[in-house]
Amino acid sequence: MRSSRESTLKACIPLSNYRIIKLSHYHIMYSFAQLIYKLSNSTKTNEKLQALVEYFLHGDEKDKVWVIALFSGRRPRRTVSGTQLTVWCTELVNLPIWLFQECYHTVGDLSETIALLIPEKSSYASNSSPTGGGREGASREGAHPLHYYVEKFQQLEKAAEEEKKAFILQSWQELNSRERFVFNKLLSGTFRVGVSQKLMVNALAKTVKLDPNVIAHRISGHWDPATTTFTALLSEQSIQTDHSKPYPFYLAYALEGTLHDLGEPADWQAEWKWDGIRGQVIKRNDQLFVWSRGEDLITEKFPEYAILQNRLQNGTVIDGEILPYKDGLVLNFNVLQTRIGRKNITKKNLQEAPVGLFAYDLLELNGEDIRHLALTERRAELEKLVTSLQLPWLQLSPVVAFRSWDELTSQRGQSRNINSEGLMLKRKSSAYLVGRRRGDWWKWKIDPLTIDAVMVYAQKGAGRRSNLYTDYTFAVKDGDKLVPFTKAYSGLTDKEFAQVDAFVKRNSLEKFGPVRTVKPELVFEIAFEGIAASNRHKSGVALRFPRISRWRTDKPPDEINTLEDLKKMLELYGK
Amino acid sequence: MPLISFTDKGLYCAQGNFYIDPWQPVDKAVITHAHSDHARPGSQAYLCHHHTLPLLQLRLGQGHYQAVEWNEKVYFNEVTVSLHPAGHIIGSSQIRVEYKGEVWVVSGDYKTEADGFSGDFEPISCNTFISESTFGLPIYNWKPQQEIYHDIQNWIRTNEVANKTSVLIGYSLGKAQRLLKAVEEVTGSIYVHGAIWNVHETLTQAGWKLPAVQRITPDMPKETFKSSVVIAPPSADGSPWMRRFSPHSTGICSGWMQVRGNQRRRNADAGFALSDHADWNGLLKAVKATGAEKVFITHGFQSAFSRYLNEIGIDAHEVKTEFGTEDEESQLTN
Ligand SMILES: [Zn+2]
Ligand SMILES: [Zn+2]
Repeated sequence: MRSSRESTLKACIPLSNYRIIKLSHYHIMYSFAQLIYKLSNSTKTNEKLQALVEYFLHGDEKDKVWVIALFSGRRPRRTVSGTQLTVWCTELVNLPIWLFQECYHTVGDLSETIALLIPEKSSYASNSSPTGGGREGASREGAHPLHYYVEKFQQLEKAAEEEKKAFILQSWQELNSRERFVFNKLLSGTFRVGVSQKLMVNALAKTVKLDPNVIAHRISGHWDPATTTFTALLSEQSIQTDHSKPYPFYLAYALEGTLHDLGEPADWQAEWKWDGIRGQVIKRNDQLFVWSRGEDLITEKFPEYAILQNRLQNGTVIDGEILPYKDGLVLNFNVLQTRIGRKNITKKNLQEAPVGLFAYDLLELNGEDIRHLALTERRAELEKLVTSLQLPWLQLSPVVAFRSWDELTSQRGQSRNINSEGLMLKRKSSAYLVGRRRGDWWKWKIDPLTIDAVMVYAQKGAGRRSNLYTDYTFAVKDGDKLVPFTKAYSGLTDKEFAQVDAFVKRNSLEKFGPVRTVKPELVFEIAFEGIAASNRHKSGVALRFPRISRWRTDKPPDEINTLEDLKKMLELYGK
Repeated sequence: MPLISFTDKGLYCAQGNFYIDPWQPVDKAVITHAHSDHARPGSQAYLCHHHTLPLLQLRLGQGHYQAVEWNEKVYFNEVTVSLHPAGHIIGSSQIRVEYKGEVWVVSGDYKTEADGFSGDFEPISCNTFISESTFGLPIYNWKPQQEIYHDIQNWIRTNEVANKTSVLIGYSLGKAQRLLKAVEEVTGSIYVHGAIWNVHETLTQAGWKLPAVQRITPDMPKETFKSSVVIAPPSADGSPWMRRFSPHSTGICSGWMQVRGNQRRRNADAGFALSDHADWNGLLKAVKATGAEKVFITHGFQSAFSRYLNEIGIDAHEVKTEFGTEDEESQLTN
């Protein structure tokens, strides 16, 4: 008996003749998929940095350019809908749609669901199980580099549905599961990686041995990944030849500690913090360019600014905030929202949502980069410029006068009345730096508005929390009815999420697809930045940046706020 | 009256007056395998495969046990019972129950790919099949065991280069023994958690040849584990016990690791979808191979799996059981 067991064991584990495959396929989609896998699996910044450097050192030349584009928000446009992908996938694997949906609810991500449902290539080729590593080898045949796929998406943008479908089915089958996942992410326009642009810039800097600030500038602005080479993009010429190139924005962290830690009030300049679109206005080579902070070229969206093309000197760059603005007053940000995302701006849009530009800073003057000058010097030049232009919609960002920190604190209390979200503090001697930095600039926002509400619906989260109920809808009281008014996601600890999840599972009243109606019992404090009237919502209000600020375990559901309370807030702050 | 009915104590054969994997104490219990959600304490008498016997004694203590070989017939009144390999873990068996020509099979937990320990899953033709469905969705398709072993070995080598200890997390009974086989090829210094050590000792004493391992004890200096491989059960993951291995990299081995979200939620450095359960195609193949006219689906994705079976023309029904609740495999999703 004993000997027979031994022989079974030996017979089944023929590991010794194992072939170790060296993964040096840097030229294909595989290496990009591996990069994404490493980046999303690691929580350590240094490991992520290392993975990027490794990729930039060995990656395919054209693919590297695309990686820079993708990590700096230059995502390819969505060419197909999620529904199309769902249908094509179920056709290919011959499964009913409802089963696909079940899978999707378990996985929590469409791209991943498809990646998992399509069988690996080797099982198509033959039924006999390949020896170790064979599958990896098999999937290599026919697989293309990253740039091939992304550029193909672009070409197919306007193609007929059948043509798109043929390409996608072909690609799904030539890629392996991990590659298929990133392919789907790129395809559906949902490509997001936990990598900041700053980290990517640092990795590039390390790879080509240049200062990160220089890199940040060179990769900013308008360039086409399909026609730019890695070397050209990172060379000095990229700045000289591209007149539209914006400077990297200088961003502030939230104030840490107290005002007194900042030292002398006299060393600081305070301005209102505005909640619009941070932008850069550039006049060079007789052309005008308007950039958003997300590095989108938005010149066409703001025809009001066109006049600056004649009025500004060549070699001028202004940093400012695009705000809804009328008759000397800043309006609620919601007004601007009606213009964002619209392809064509109509006369009606212009009338209903007029914009202004609040100028913060001057970055380039007479063709010269003046970011190294002190803020006071830059501000003096900016004031000269803005005053001379005499345009009613172009305003200097007002400086808030104060002599003591206490005085400034009381000024901050006025923020909400003028549709500002608090204060910005800038050291008078500060240069204009690159990216988000501590030390010289701080934002000091006002406390958010809050309301106590009860949870009424719950839905499973996506990605990291795909098996937990983490997305909730909240309601306020209206007489003896409950009126749902907002969803809110973040803000609880993992432990709290687990507790709420357990509650949801035990207290479901009804199930509609992924959504569960739960017993209205758990009370949460919802914080938000603003409120506006909305006829798309049953409650009649829409909140800006709603999030769960804390779980009110101390509060019974009948003590939550009412619809009346929300309407009062709308009256006070919603204009 | 059906040959096997679903009672609040578990799966019951009235004709033979015995239960299969009962979740409450009963007179006679036939046990599919030694996992805690299938083998529970307190019953008067247990019947199991002889490979399961020492594991049952380890987990449930002394008691009245009867062990049989696969295919050996045992009679309860006029009911014939026999055990057949289920391929899940060492000793795991399907239970075949026959009365007056009618045959029912209870799968217990099973996997269709041979792992080298558990015996090859044997399809048994029957009238009624009661199947688990732990991974009963088509997103669960396992890579061949050899490929996963290869991935684990590569991961260990990468950790070695980075001077990190590789900590593999897997169920102490079943997964841990498979991991040992994968790990043995790349290193001789394998350390295991006490829970895994206990199973290891029991199996070694019962005559199984397993790679040599060392038990981790509190007095071991930290340097002992440097660049070595550690195998620990899910309960150890994230506990202070793990601190002694730093710097280390954690790799979780479970079918649930097929989905990225689970991997990230567990904060694992790596996830290997190595499972002791059948994947979607395995489940389908197994159900079809029985030729059963009627199928009952227990623990797992029972509603989706049974709905799909009905759509492809197999009469299938969901059954609520208390299996799957204490399985360490399900702990991995918490
Ligand atoms: Zn089991
Ligand atoms: Zn089970």
